[in-house]
Amino acid sequence: MSNITNQSLSELVKNIKDKKLSSEEVTNAFINRSEKSKELNAYITEDYSSALEKAKKFDQKPNLDLKLPGIPMAVKDLFCTKDVLTTAGSKILDNFVPTYESTVTQNIWDEGAILIGKLNCDEFAMGSSNETSFFGNVHNPIDKNLVPGGSSGGSASALAGQLTPITIGTDTGGSIRQPASFTGTVGLKPTYGSCSRYGIVAFASSLDQAGPMAQNVKDCALLQEVISTYDPKDSTSIDFKRNNYSSELTNKIKGKKIGIPKEYRVDGMPDEIEQLWQKGIEYMKDCGAEIIDISLPHTSYALPTYYIVAPAEASSNLARYDGVKYGFRAKGENLIDMYEKTRSEGFGAEVQRRIMIGTYVLSSGYYDAYYLKAQKVRKLIKNDFDEAYKKVDAILTPSTPSSAFKSGEKKDDPVSMYLNDIFTVPVNLAGLPGISIPAGHDAKGYPLGLQIIGKAFDEQNILNIAYAMEEKINFKNKINDWWIK
Amino acid sequence: MDQVSKSKSDYLISRKDNQYEVIIGLEVHAQVTSESKLFSTSATKFGAEPNTQVSLVDAAFPGMLPVINEFCVKQAIKTGIGLNAKINNRSVFDRKNYFYADLPQGYQISQFKDPIVGEGKVILDMPDGQKEVGIERLHLEQDAGKSIHDIDPKNTFVDLNRSGVALMEIVSKPDLRSPDEVSAYIKKLRSIMRYLGTCDGNMQEGSLRADVNVSVRLKDSKNLGTRCEIKNVNSIKFMQMAIDYEANRQVDLIEEGKSIDQETRLFDTKKNETRSMRSKEDAHDYRYFPDPDLLPLEISDQFISKIKNDIPELPDDKKKRFIEEFKLSPYEATILVSDIDTARYFENVVSKMGKNKDIKLAVNWITGELFAVLNNKNLEISQSPISAKNLAILVNLIKNGTISGKIAKTIFELMLDGDKDPQQIVEEKGLKQQSDPKALGALIDKIINDNREKAIEYKQGKEKLFGFFVGQAMKASGGKANPQLINELLKKKL
Repeated sequence: MSNITNQSLSELVKNIKDKKLSSEEVTNAFINRSEKSKELNAYITEDYSSALEKAKKFDQKPNLDLKLPGIPMAVKDLFCTKDVLTTAGSKILDNFVPTYESTVTQNIWDEGAILIGKLNCDEFAMGSSNETSFFGNVHNPIDKNLVPGGSSGGSASALAGQLTPITIGTDTGGSIRQPASFTGTVGLKPTYGSCSRYGIVAFASSLDQAGPMAQNVKDCALLQEVISTYDPKDSTSIDFKRNNYSSELTNKIKGKKIGIPKEYRVDGMPDEIEQLWQKGIEYMKDCGAEIIDISLPHTSYALPTYYIVAPAEASSNLARYDGVKYGFRAKGENLIDMYEKTRSEGFGAEVQRRIMIGTYVLSSGYYDAYYLKAQKVRKLIKNDFDEAYKKVDAILTPSTPSSAFKSGEKKDDPVSMYLNDIFTVPVNLAGLPGISIPAGHDAKGYPLGLQIIGKAFDEQNILNIAYAMEEKINFKNKINDWWIK
Repeated sequence: MDQVSKSKSDYLISRKDNQYEVIIGLEVHAQVTSESKLFSTSATKFGAEPNTQVSLVDAAFPGMLPVINEFCVKQAIKTGIGLNAKINNRSVFDRKNYFYADLPQGYQISQFKDPIVGEGKVILDMPDGQKEVGIERLHLEQDAGKSIHDIDPKNTFVDLNRSGVALMEIVSKPDLRSPDEVSAYIKKLRSIMRYLGTCDGNMQEGSLRADVNVSVRLKDSKNLGTRCEIKNVNSIKFMQMAIDYEANRQVDLIEEGKSIDQETRLFDTKKNETRSMRSKEDAHDYRYFPDPDLLPLEISDQFISKIKNDIPELPDDKKKRFIEEFKLSPYEATILVSDIDTARYFENVVSKMGKNKDIKLAVNWITGELFAVLNNKNLEISQSPISAKNLAILVNLIKNGTISGKIAKTIFELMLDGDKDPQQIVEEKGLKQQSDPKALGALIDKIINDNREKAIEYKQGKEKLFGFFVGQAMKASGGKANPQLINELLKKKL
């Protein structure tokens, strides 16, 4: 087996099941490549020796009925992993080792996968470029100067760079789909309530969803099948009938009605994105789908709404990082002084900015004008989708308003940075599933993604559409291993 | 209950020509009786070693999520029903945000806009009649942990055992007018919750504590004055003292022409005074908002009516029944029903007395001799040294003439040692009452013979001497003679 790390998950699973590869060989291959890929800065924590031990143990008594038999994988460092450092990309948790495992990662290990490390991300998942992490910027395997997107930038980089065969991220406003789009990979944000939030460091509780990231749609479907379970430990987890997404996957989408929302044609959107979208529409037609123009009238309010709701929840969710119980603590004269120093030194600038915004919009006197109004608009945005889904089965949009941008380009301009989430945020506000698939390249050869948005709990449908599109698009990622000397 | 007189409080504060009325509203924090906490499965036992009843959720570890404890919800609904209150089909948990070392999440999960229980009322039995007190609302919330400042001069210690324990905050309307009414109100709340098993009402252990809102106004005025809130008072006596001090303080300010600042105050139990904790300007901005980790609490009517069916007889109904069924006076009934264990004891005695029973006599023995003993020994009635069964036997022995009331007291003392059967004591000590008219007749004949001169004096009109003869007869019988029979025979023979 000449190259292991360029195999897809499905190929690796097949080779392990056919005993052509051992878990140890596969694990070793990804560890070796990860070792050579330090320049990407995709990892915060490496857990190689423990991974190899687990792989050896798996090979001694391989259970080949599992869905991820002996498959090594790295996960976003927002998932709490038992006995393995979990930082959320923040200094304030730079010494935090959980004694417990998140439900989503537990589901993965229960299917035979093996943790090889924890992946870099924007601090507390707040960012669109992976430039807010305490552990440094992550680089895009496409080009050294490009950001990988965020907040699941480490996940996207490690996946596109073949440091891990699959991975998981979290998506609060686009944090899976946007980096997938920037790195030429597939990323799914499931319906809110599909994947348990138990054991995931919270950013904005009403928006956060874990989701799979993979090299192709089929792998993505398989991972979604593994991670999506009803969990009584999360009161917002929903007990609905979950499909066997990978085995039920089909490219037969003839007759599906696909909505094209006119409001996503935003001012200043590059022609390349418009052309990509048109290309996507043509592919859809080639697959036998019916294209229907729709309107989502409140789309332009989604971004401001999001940037009220998410910081509001974050300002409260992050109150627990106070230096009292765990994590970083600065010395102070008294309790208040300790709080102030701990939180000023422990949180980075973007996190502090969002805590301030959130605190402001929840303050008495401003609550009605901001938070309450945002909640009302959020309902209107959801209603827009409900109306649209009376006419269509899914919605096609670009994933992002541009391809990956350069490191530092938007770092000092938060509004321009926030605009990157313009196509992804409405999906989180409405609690719907959305998938980004690579659909082409811009003039510079950077990947571009298309987003398919589904009805709630209709992951199977958007996976099927993505699967059919993937075949037509036949995307090839342009990665030259620039970081490997 | 139409004819019950209304209580009229006469607690007024006088200064020169002015009389002031005191307006009091209470926010009672009652710990829900429950094995586990409101949003986690940790134990709630009182007095455990510090930080031994703390889960990852209680200590607010990253990624931990609250899951509502259905039992606590049922307890709150039960209490709401006991307070004759409206149970809301939909309520919402909010986050109350503030920083403190013993508040691990950095917020308390509480209910702000939409509480689980709405308006209700409780009836107080005051010495001069009844008084109705309105309930504004009852909501569920988490307790905080405990900061301990006095172990180390430089450090504060935190015990999170209490963190996340379920509390019911019961908010009264500003209907209370005196420290006595406050005492009656707290006792009534406690009584109702103990009947329901929703709060043990133990104030020493902090299961019941209150924030007391006090304002004053000129008698007959309709406007409410500026109120002060006295935080976290944990005994009825302290509440009364705090109100008395605070009301007088406010009256003095008004009399001096000064204004009252709306503020939060603390009651210093050592100095017996309240002092300012923080003013309105310094009040926290709690930034309440619905907790996104929890869905709104939806409660169906069936769920509520199922709980309603399990509600035991509550003090007001029990009192009514005691008056009707056992012909007790309202005063006696009130005493017996005020505490569920007393009511239970009484009902046990009644059921053990059988058919030919003297309930009034039983009540007298419970509220007289038994209460005195419990008081002396500082015991609860649930720890009574005399069982309901044996007290019932004792009362029956009096009722059927086997022993006299006087002998009964002797027997009662003997029963205290190991809950002895009174029947057995009577037999062992030969204390049975003599009720044989022939034997007693002979005894009396002898006494009259021995005291001829006194008998003549009696006949000549010195009626006081009758008592002398009774005494002699009782003495001669060793106290066992049936006193009624002695009376009858003496009257005949003298």
